[in-house]
Amino acid sequence: MEFEDDYPKPSWFRMNYRALWGRAYPRIIGANREPSWVFFETFLPILAVAAYVFIYKAWIPEPTMAELMIGFVIVGGAMTAYWMNVLWSMAAQLYWEKEMGNLELFMVAPVSRMSILGGMALGGMFTSTVRAVSTIIAGVLLFGVSLTVQEPLYLVLIFIFTMLALYGMGMMFASLYMMWGREAWHMSILLTEPIYLASGFWFPLKGFQYMLGQPGFWIGVGASLIPITLGLDGMRQCLFGTEMGFFPLWLELAVLIALTGLFIFLARLALAKMEELGKKEGRLTLRWQ
Amino acid sequence: MKINRNTFKWSAWLGWQMESNWTRPFIFAIYAIVRPIAASLILVVMFYVITYLGDPSTARANFDFLFIGNAFFMYIAQVLFGVTWIIHDDREHYRTLKYIYISPANYFVYILGRTLSKILITTFAVIITLAFGVIFLEVPLNPLGVDWLLFIPVFIIGLLSIIAFGLALAGISFLTAKHTMGMNEGIAGVFYLFCGVIFPLSVLPDWGISFAKILPVTYWLDLIRTSLGAGAGIDTAVAGTSVEVSLVVLIISTIGFALFSIGTFKLGDNLARRKGYLDMTTAY
Repeated sequence: MEFEDDYPKPSWFRMNYRALWGRAYPRIIGANREPSWVFFETFLPILAVAAYVFIYKAWIPEPTMAELMIGFVIVGGAMTAYWMNVLWSMAAQLYWEKEMGNLELFMVAPVSRMSILGGMALGGMFTSTVRAVSTIIAGVLLFGVSLTVQEPLYLVLIFIFTMLALYGMGMMFASLYMMWGREAWHMSILLTEPIYLASGFWFPLKGFQYMLGQPGFWIGVGASLIPITLGLDGMRQCLFGTEMGFFPLWLELAVLIALTGLFIFLARLALAKMEELGKKEGRLTLRWQ
Repeated sequence: MKINRNTFKWSAWLGWQMESNWTRPFIFAIYAIVRPIAASLILVVMFYVITYLGDPSTARANFDFLFIGNAFFMYIAQVLFGVTWIIHDDREHYRTLKYIYISPANYFVYILGRTLSKILITTFAVIITLAFGVIFLEVPLNPLGVDWLLFIPVFIIGLLSIIAFGLALAGISFLTAKHTMGMNEGIAGVFYLFCGVIFPLSVLPDWGISFAKILPVTYWLDLIRTSLGAGAGIDTAVAGTSVEVSLVVLIISTIGFALFSIGTFKLGDNLARRKGYLDMTTAY
């Protein structure tokens, strides 16, 4: 009897589906086995967000405007969960896998690397979503933020394409980080505050225009290459009105769709290139650089 | 004593190497500058939004207040983050924690040494941020106008209190999985929220103000602003308290937190050894 009769080779789709789910599984189940994460990932991050809330509360005397800005901060605070997840659990993860000795196992597995990265994204999104939702709930309950969905369809589409583009970007970074040693770690640190600044996590993107006029507009345009910038602006427009919006909603959605395609394409390209380079230079198993 | 001195010296050297030798000095300098400047610029843009939407007459004083607070908050964020990350890094990344434990080095002293390099790098970032504020944002800081006799002791005592907090968190990190980062971020958030870093504490509810008054960092930041002669005068929870009283409270609360932190560290260390957590890996 042939081995393959007993164990028929699964289809390409089935294998990759299993790889995707297999990589997502430890993140979701692992999180549930250590319930302490609920405290660390839900309650504690709200405190930092609250500090930004109080800045606006303290220094904008007009209650309506203060409330609007608090709403902006809450949405920004919720979205930090996804950015942190992309940086630390997507981009830096292949570097970590290399350090832990798992990367070589991924490389010899008969599945697409994209499925493994996709699984990471899916698993990571679970904890990030819990954190994001808890921030929104805290915003509503503690700070009285009123969320009125004015454009539900746009809100859903913008969120979905922001996630796709963002995690596509994370996959692209993951392949670059894979080649690095400790640079990967420092790069993730470096991409925290500067991106919070460029993407307007704590203020409307139009803030650059209030500060610098026309050059501020161009800073916003440049920052739009980071998917979360327009994602944040679009969601804020859907929830709090278009008055402080940077671009019209349709344009933001169109750019996010284009960025999704671009980043997933670049991720695929970068992954193949970095794998080839890594094999040539023997760096795929190099640890503790 | 000699072993502890050597442990402190070489762990500080190790920390510095780990922080800095991953790249060329020029790139490292850029890296060290970009992050604090970006963090400050977030507040600058927020300030412009507030000025645009709010009351421009009080904007200047408010800005100086939050800029100085945010610059010195870097010590809290970096040192807390640094101290606890050492446990995670040694245990799960380099997997050297158990080897350090079986060496003659005292792990507590080792952590203190590693912290020193974090403090040096943060000091560089704080100086850069303050210089940026003075040159580009007209923050009224003048070295000749600083009350150095107040600033130096206050700065050192405050730093000791921050290290003490870091050690307490390190003790907890022995027992937690990979959530160290969330914990750091969150605890730093407690200080950001309750210590009058970027907004006057008077806007907090009463229980928040009472909580703020038991944290040494609240007094530390207030005294730092007073000694620098910039950003003071905003109504904080400790407004009206004399410098002497604030200084005494700072010293007493620092001693209290230091004792608490050493106890927490020892407890975490003990439990981790008993439960076999010293070589735990959770980087899934």
